[in-house]
Amino acid sequence: MAARRDRGARISGALWRRPWTRASLLLTPPLAWFLVFYLAALAVLLITAFWQINPFTTNIERVWNLGNFRTLATNAGYRSIIARTVGMAAAVTVTDAIVAFPFAYYMARIASPRARTWMVVGVLLPLWASYIARVYAWVLIFTHDGILNWTLGKVGLGPLSLVYTNTAVFVVFCYVWLPFMILPTYAALERIPASYMEAAGDLGARSLRTTRDVILPLALPGIIAGSIFTFSLTLGDFITPILIGGGGSSLMGKVMEESVGIANNLPLAAALAFVPITIMAVYLLVAKRLGAFEAL
Amino acid sequence: MEPRGVRILLRVWVAGVLLFLFFPLAVIILYAFNRSNVQSWPISHYSLQWFSLAYHDSDVRSAFALSVKAATIATIIALLLGSAAAFAVHRFRFFGRNAISFLLVLPLALPGIITGIALNSFFAFAHVNLSLWTIVIGHATFCIVIVFNNVVARLRRSPTSLSEAAMDLGAHGWTSFRTVTFPTIRTSLVAGALLAFALSFDEVIVTVFTAGARNTLPLWILGTLRLGQDLPEVNVVVFGVILITTIPVALAARLTGGAGITRAATDTDEA
Repeated sequence: MAARRDRGARISGALWRRPWTRASLLLTPPLAWFLVFYLAALAVLLITAFWQINPFTTNIERVWNLGNFRTLATNAGYRSIIARTVGMAAAVTVTDAIVAFPFAYYMARIASPRARTWMVVGVLLPLWASYIARVYAWVLIFTHDGILNWTLGKVGLGPLSLVYTNTAVFVVFCYVWLPFMILPTYAALERIPASYMEAAGDLGARSLRTTRDVILPLALPGIIAGSIFTFSLTLGDFITPILIGGGGSSLMGKVMEESVGIANNLPLAAALAFVPITIMAVYLLVAKRLGAFEAL
Repeated sequence: MEPRGVRILLRVWVAGVLLFLFFPLAVIILYAFNRSNVQSWPISHYSLQWFSLAYHDSDVRSAFALSVKAATIATIIALLLGSAAAFAVHRFRFFGRNAISFLLVLPLALPGIITGIALNSFFAFAHVNLSLWTIVIGHATFCIVIVFNNVVARLRRSPTSLSEAAMDLGAHGWTSFRTVTFPTIRTSLVAGALLAFALSFDEVIVTVFTAGARNTLPLWILGTLRLGQDLPEVNVVVFGVILITTIPVALAARLTGGAGITRAATDTDEA
């Protein structure tokens, strides 16, 4: 017993004297995991994009070529899908920023500490409640005999056929990603010292002017941090287009999913994956410039 | 101070946003008790009949079992690797430390479908058959990030002087970890584990590409919705999934005072 304790003490003493050994013992397992199951997987993905499938057997042929990229660049269908997806991501991001800002402002600057806690819970609970469940809820709401048309009927407005349209997809995206925008915006607003607002007031600025010239610029890194999530999540999502989108107007995520799951064309999906990766790389660089990483 | 009118407008806005956030959840809960097998509003009769149907459905049961298994294993891996990474990044200054922090944020900043297709092509490339273990690998990767964020945030808030004091008093490294460091991070580990479990249990975007022919519970929901069949049963299962994913999060919120559950949105400053 004593001997074992001695040995334990010797080992931990030796480790304490060699911080490098300790650091590498701690770091090697998680780093190895990420190198193999994330970075190596990403590398294989990027390589796969330069291969192709045999159209008859759908087996992957490891022949280097740019065929997949040529397909994406020249095929009008793919070009419009990419454009539609980026447009959707931009529209959702802007809408969520506009919806989130007054909410986050109230939360950070007006609500009592108690009310603030409840508001945080109110944003977080829907964020964590099953994602697929929250998308499906909108099918029930938008469907022809759903709550929306029932309510519209009560107030004397005609029924809408929203389900399986781009408008429905837009609303659901705004809904599912909204908490991702509220939280960093709130965090940025909460960090602004009250004295800044008082100073602006003392200098004669009205509340609208203070909001525009003082609060908005200081909240911007938080809004951009939130936009990283809303933009990136919209670019890659396929659940919402599958459950609530129309057959005709597809989005990038759905096309990638179908290339793998239905057409068995992994190389084409990999080539298509270059698009969101490139967009997000540029987006992250710009965001870093604008100081969004400190607000992330 | 905002003028009165502005405050009232803001209050209305806040109420509207909260209504928007919770309304769909309320709809799901109501429809789970809908007696009719037609999904229309208003619901005329309520019943519990679909609960018993879902409970006795062997497909639902095996999907549930697979989800619990995958989430449990992914959580254990995430606890070990995520906290190890958090300690290393927090305690040591070394070359490439920022690169590692950045690497750990990537799975959250890039769309999930990228991780999914990358793993799918990786497993195809390495001739690995899709199984429970490939699902676990996909889930553990972002669960590690969640645990890492939680533990690193807690470590940053607790002074290292405490464990140094313990060592000055003669406790060697392991004793000071057991008596000082571990108690300070314990709740952040529990919170991280609860969140990792909830995230894994609900994951669908990556799982589609790593599960092969198997169904986790979210994959069963997606498949059934795609076929447009058994909708009353889906309503019940979806209601159950909401409960299973929100209860751990509510517990985690209590443990961390709300700080740890922002899904990487606000808690990764510096990381």
